[in-house]
Amino acid sequence: MTKAECQIEQQLLEQFEAKIAADDKIEPKDWMPEAYRANLIRQMSQHAHSEVIGMQPEGNWLSRAPNLHRKMVLLAKVQDEAGHGLYLYSATETLGITRDEMVTAMHQQRAKYASIFNYPTLTWADIGAIGWLVDGAAIVNQISLQLTSYGPYSRAMIKICKEESFHQRQGYNILIKLCEGSEEQKAMAQDALNRWWWPSLMMFGPHDRESAHSQRSMGWKIKRKSNDDLRQKFVDQTVPQAEFLGLKIPDSDLAWNAQRGHYDFGDIDWREFERVINGNGPCNRERIRHHKRAQDEGAWVRQAMAAYDIKQAGQRVA
Amino acid sequence: MDTPLLKYVLGLADDNMVLSQRLTEWCSNGPTLEEDIALTNVALDILGRARMFYQYASVLDEQKRSEDDFAMCRSEREYTNLLIHELPIGDFAFTMARQWFLDEFSQLYFSALSHSKDETLAGIAAKCIKESGYHLVRSRNWICVLAEGTEESRRRLLAAIDELWGYRHELFETTQAESLLSGVAVNRADLKDTWMTNINDLSARLNIELPDKDWFVTGGRRGEHSEHLGPMLAEMQYLARCFPGAKW
Repeated sequence: MTKAECQIEQQLLEQFEAKIAADDKIEPKDWMPEAYRANLIRQMSQHAHSEVIGMQPEGNWLSRAPNLHRKMVLLAKVQDEAGHGLYLYSATETLGITRDEMVTAMHQQRAKYASIFNYPTLTWADIGAIGWLVDGAAIVNQISLQLTSYGPYSRAMIKICKEESFHQRQGYNILIKLCEGSEEQKAMAQDALNRWWWPSLMMFGPHDRESAHSQRSMGWKIKRKSNDDLRQKFVDQTVPQAEFLGLKIPDSDLAWNAQRGHYDFGDIDWREFERVINGNGPCNRERIRHHKRAQDEGAWVRQAMAAYDIKQAGQRVA
Repeated sequence: MDTPLLKYVLGLADDNMVLSQRLTEWCSNGPTLEEDIALTNVALDILGRARMFYQYASVLDEQKRSEDDFAMCRSEREYTNLLIHELPIGDFAFTMARQWFLDEFSQLYFSALSHSKDETLAGIAAKCIKESGYHLVRSRNWICVLAEGTEESRRRLLAAIDELWGYRHELFETTQAESLLSGVAVNRADLKDTWMTNINDLSARLNIELPDKDWFVTGGRRGEHSEHLGPMLAEMQYLARCFPGAKW
């Protein structure tokens, strides 16, 4: 880089940082540091992949939903998630990467999706737990991301949060019905809470002091609140909801701390987190295999679409 | 004893229930994310239809069975959907060819049903016809893409049409219940020529040679199904059957 180029870049960086400081949004055509772009691509594509991979555990109960109302609501919900995935892929494409590239990165395990979807949905109550806890945790995170510094991401979050709050209510509503039902149904709900509670807390990521990307993301206002703050917020809002259901959160250390004005809770098993995120969860291989299989089986359809478009374009020119 | 009207309405409900259940299988399995969304959307519309018919059936039923009793607690011998709806989803060409046949049919059927003397059925038909129009635009478009896309897509489409060909007759067969409901039920036979003309027109435009050898399989309305329906219902009804009387 020449001296003149260096000076220009320095100026651009100052303008960029001034915008961040003033809480202005960065838009796709604005200059941005490459590391900011890369950080956003990582976070946004991971978010998009999570929406898409999340369709699998929930889709697992579409064919077996217990009644027609629940089937309809779940179908609409999973369809929303696919829509979120599409919206987020499009928003990420504004950063100069294609959807195909992002999907390939996921297949090659260079890009992640929410590790919680590596757990299986074993009972109908798991569909309730995903709505209540997983979507609930996602909303806490996404509300803070409505203020993220990248314009397309921020707008996506505003739109997505509205739908996610419906999703959370449908999940909680499933559990209300189970908890009002027979002992067997209530046991199903408790079992789901037992299995999904800790993975939901892990969704917020490592402790702030151990989070690889947190500090820089906070500086650029990509992230607006720390992992631990968001996790605490989630615990504080979820404990009374569990009490209302009459379910017990599987944490013997959980207790209200009047001094802090927050719930204290037990240590997260980070070995479990590492184990699952690194490919050793019950469904890691299955999730990627499923996604690849659907893509491989649909390749001839996409080829037909492309060939048809070329022929149509040729006819228009002729 | 189910009245002719109840039998008629249940047949329509079962058609849509079984087709929706099939389309739902595409969720997370579509060739593109856009198609995942579109196919689940169509599945939702069709499930909505099934519910409207089941809810009406519930009103008509002396035993006061609910929509869920009808959907979740009847066996394959009691289901009276036409066979074309229950066939496995096959590949994407099979699914879209079936949708094309059925969307062409639904447009004609709901248009006729909207003139039914039965106000509830006429009202349901008026609701269905709008979304059915969108479905038809979509399925016709896919038939164009598959016919004119690649050699492989054309080959798969022709194979799908061939597989479906013998199931079309049942769409136009009048049942005993229907014959007793003059002015209420649609006379299916009246729709056959227009349906065939519509299928022929698009096929001719796309140089699709329709199968010359005809065959037909029927029995759905009598509860005589393919072997595919049983496993589908076993899966769909599992939870409701495991916990009889439970609220969800």
